[in-house]
Amino acid sequence: MHRFAKPSVFLKLTAPILPWLAGATAILIAAGLYFALFASPIDYQQGDTVRIMYLHVPSAWMGLFCYVGMAICGAMSLIWKHPLADICARATAPIGATFTALCLITGSLWGEPMWGTWWVWDARLTSMLILLFLYLGYIALVNAFDDPDRGSKAGSALALVGAVNVPIVKFSVDWWNTLHQPASIVRMDGPAVDPSMQLPLALMILGFTGYYFVVLILRVRLELNERRIRALHLSGMFDDNAQDAEPYDPGHNAETSQ
Amino acid sequence: MSEFFSMGGYGSYIWSSYGVTAIAMIVLLLATLRGLRNSRRELDQLETVLHTKRQRRNRKSRKAT
Repeated sequence: MHRFAKPSVFLKLTAPILPWLAGATAILIAAGLYFALFASPIDYQQGDTVRIMYLHVPSAWMGLFCYVGMAICGAMSLIWKHPLADICARATAPIGATFTALCLITGSLWGEPMWGTWWVWDARLTSMLILLFLYLGYIALVNAFDDPDRGSKAGSALALVGAVNVPIVKFSVDWWNTLHQPASIVRMDGPAVDPSMQLPLALMILGFTGYYFVVLILRVRLELNERRIRALHLSGMFDDNAQDAEPYDPGHNAETSQ
Repeated sequence: MSEFFSMGGYGSYIWSSYGVTAIAMIVLLLATLRGLRNSRRELDQLETVLHTKRQRRNRKSRKAT
């Protein structure tokens, strides 16, 4: 496990995957958009606004998926102190925050014509807003320390404590009977969405997940580069009386060492 | 065609949803790529300086022996 978690191994493993992943993501999203906007029927109650679902549901899924990933990375960073786990958590946070914000915005744009309101303090909406604040809090916290190790400890603790919100988001529609509709995809008796609408939904969910992994790989590289720059500056190699000490190298330049 | 864009009268809600999502995802990707390019450039500069310093030091130590 630790062998694969080495930054240089991560770079070597992900470099050949990245172009394929990016290509597959583009195709999935393009196909998803075609089915979402052209080749799917309108809802008998909601008319064309059902097309917002193909963005809203995948965004909500990504918001939760990213948070679970971030919390697991945070736990691994606390337990094994492995730098890559912390780097992955930091790289995930802005992606998860973006999708959570998109879920709230598209939800508003769907709520106004269908519910007659942009926002209600419904359990699902409120817990999703808390999820966004958890992401923003995590980002602010890990960047608030000069020493990245202290920032990662505080951030990981916050990510883990905040993980209690994830089941609250998921089951809020069952625990509290409010305006947001109950689960229609992940439920005991199978999806309650018509197959003609399942296809664009599935394509968009896969496409968004692919997008997450593409941006994650790029952001991990960015973070590794920034740590190397920091280590070089701290090493004193750029003082006039440079010593022979070699600076910490978490896998060389992420781009040139492929 | 205009029927397609009007989306049964809900065009403004639907197109702004798709627009906001597209912009957010593209901006996040471009910001990441730009950060990556800048960090790579800075790292290359640092490593060039490091390389010349190391060579100079090696030459000096060779002279000394």
